[in-house]
Amino acid sequence: MGLEQKTAQMGVVTTTLEQMVNWARTRSMWPMLFGLACCAIEMMAAQASSYDLSRFGMELMRASPRQSDLMIVAGRVSRKMAPVLRLLYDQMPEPKWVIAMGDCASCGGIFNNYAIVQGVDEVVPVDVYVAGCPPRPEGLIHGILTLHDKVQKEKLTKWA
Amino acid sequence: MVTLREVSVDELRHLVSERALTGETMLLNMGPQHPSTHGVLRLLLELDGEIVVNCIPDVGFLHTGVEKNMEAKTYQKAEVMTDRLDYLNPIGNNLVYCLAVEKLVGLDVPPRAQAIRVILAELTRIASHLLWLGTSSLDLAAMSTFLYTMREREMILDIFEMCSGQRMMTTYVRPGGLWRDVPVEFEAAVRRVLEVMPRRIDEYERLLTTNELFLDRTRGIGVITAEECVQWGISGPVARAAGLKYDLRKVRPYSGYEQYEFDVPTQSDGDVYSRYRVRVEEMRQSLRIIRQALDKLPYGPVRSNNRKFVPPPRSELGVSMEAVIHHFKLWTEGFMAPKESVYAAIESPRGELGVFLEGDGGPKPYRVHYVTPSFANLQIMPLLTRNHFIADVVGIIGSIDIVLGDCDR
Amino acid sequence: MAKANTEILEEAVRVIKERFGASEHRFRDEVTLIIPPENILEAAQTLKETFGFNVLIDETAVDYWPQQTPRFHVVYHLYSMPHNLILRLRVPLNGNAPHLETMEKVFPNANWKEREIWDMFGIVFDGHSDLRRILMPADWQGHPLRKDYPLGYEEVQFSFNAEEIDRRKPYAKS
Repeated sequence: MGLEQKTAQMGVVTTTLEQMVNWARTRSMWPMLFGLACCAIEMMAAQASSYDLSRFGMELMRASPRQSDLMIVAGRVSRKMAPVLRLLYDQMPEPKWVIAMGDCASCGGIFNNYAIVQGVDEVVPVDVYVAGCPPRPEGLIHGILTLHDKVQKEKLTKWA
Repeated sequence: MVTLREVSVDELRHLVSERALTGETMLLNMGPQHPSTHGVLRLLLELDGEIVVNCIPDVGFLHTGVEKNMEAKTYQKAEVMTDRLDYLNPIGNNLVYCLAVEKLVGLDVPPRAQAIRVILAELTRIASHLLWLGTSSLDLAAMSTFLYTMREREMILDIFEMCSGQRMMTTYVRPGGLWRDVPVEFEAAVRRVLEVMPRRIDEYERLLTTNELFLDRTRGIGVITAEECVQWGISGPVARAAGLKYDLRKVRPYSGYEQYEFDVPTQSDGDVYSRYRVRVEEMRQSLRIIRQALDKLPYGPVRSNNRKFVPPPRSELGVSMEAVIHHFKLWTEGFMAPKESVYAAIESPRGELGVFLEGDGGPKPYRVHYVTPSFANLQIMPLLTRNHFIADVVGIIGSIDIVLGDCDR
Repeated sequence: MAKANTEILEEAVRVIKERFGASEHRFRDEVTLIIPPENILEAAQTLKETFGFNVLIDETAVDYWPQQTPRFHVVYHLYSMPHNLILRLRVPLNGNAPHLETMEKVFPNANWKEREIWDMFGIVFDGHSDLRRILMPADWQGHPLRKDYPLGYEEVQFSFNAEEIDRRKPYAKS
């Protein structure tokens, strides 16, 4: 059965533009293929066989920031990396979201020292923080779903 | 703080050829964000068309200040930092640190703890090689291997989680033994890995070893000779692929590796393909070691009885005042180590991983230095990539199996 | 075999002590030779050529601040692949901005290790081919692993001071 027939049987669906756009945004949120440290390994595990992130329309990791919507900062950000990270963020097209994955990205974690940025929110604005050192793949998936919820609730007036 | 610094070619004048200054060759920046750099490695490539003339690695994007930070913590607490160095080999990092601490303070380790250490270290080696196999073949466009290897890797991570409660950063090996004994399900789970893995390794080999495309991308690429390996201090699979039969588990055994029977796989070509063959064979040898260690796993304590360095078991705390005092002293003050320095090394999945540890008579290490294989391996990138196509650089980075956390510390 | 190897080590220690004015220190079967800075290159050359210490496993430094003489020790770990021996060499260096001859001519892999020491301790290696910072950003001030360099500890947020720290924290704008 074709899609037209199916939707025709369902009749008319009414929704708001806001909901419609937000729904579309959450369903294909492409993350940037960008790992920093230990959390990147768990991010890879989240995409691989056992956890399979593609269930959420996120199997497509884009290596280029210009094609991605979501930056997952997976790991500790050093003072040397911070400007590069900001540059990557600036290169991403709007709308864009950031997940700080792991303790180091969220608050510096156990590395409270000269070399590590104490929380990536000093460099880029963060939408969702995922705790754990490193977070389990389930933790990352939960973080992504939380971000989806957040995006669902975004207001039309904010886009302008 | 967030400012990018412009680099002029004048700074790198001594590293590039004359032709780069006239603009005849091109300087191309690869990384720090690049899908195949396995983390945050930056390579500055001088290209003549598609041929690499010079390669200038720039590391330090993951410099974590671990060595400085460990100086501010007691010996036990500093161990937590070591997991995060080489994040594919956390148990190996713990192990080498504990070996150094044990050597510094003169601590004994019971045989059961040693055998479990060996089993876990070899499982880590397999897990690390699996991830390497997956990602490096992914770089060469063999996508499916990645999905298979990550499936098996989960089995091993489940065992770590069963033992320590954490999938990756276990901190399970402690100075003087282990955190606690392995659970009863441990043996069955490891047996299951032993049973499944040989078939699965054959499966990966069927995918890659005789694959025409894979051979084309790997044979004769990134060649290094055994002499160069010695000269540049390379160890591990990269050196063994060049024919250098050098494995720390054989030449300077630790944790009772001398009791186990295993071969050191070597190849003679020293190219990307040889490194692949060596690593795959190493996984089989690791399984052999695990099987032997598991078969004759001795019973007994898993922690040294030396209460000046190792906390007493939980059960004693309720009945013995002395145990409470020891526990309190160890976790508030830590133990004292002599004003001496030691060097301990293990064979990590990437090569010789050493710790230079210096005490100052107090409870905190005075200087910890990790001698890391990735740091040594990355240094030969200019040698390996010279006169290769830029597309092969990707395969070469994959083949030397770098972990930037290990390199930058 | 094992006996012959230890004999070679003893021989090497004796020769280096005699010829280069080194002193010896032993701890748990590990031999350390303390060599004056002006002789280190020749000593390493001799060890490499005569006694087969052909691998430089590691080169690092230790800072003994506030002590000034010596303030630094540069530590070399040499490995002899034919004899399976490890020897540690220590070179004491005085003052806050010390200089030392580079080991690059004897062991090429000292290149990066010396860059790291320069980066982390600020010890200048004379004759080094590429003495740039390696781990820290090129415009970084100071040498982090020196003992007089602060750890850069940031105050930890607890519920009683969370708001105050939050106000100071430089959050990024989108």
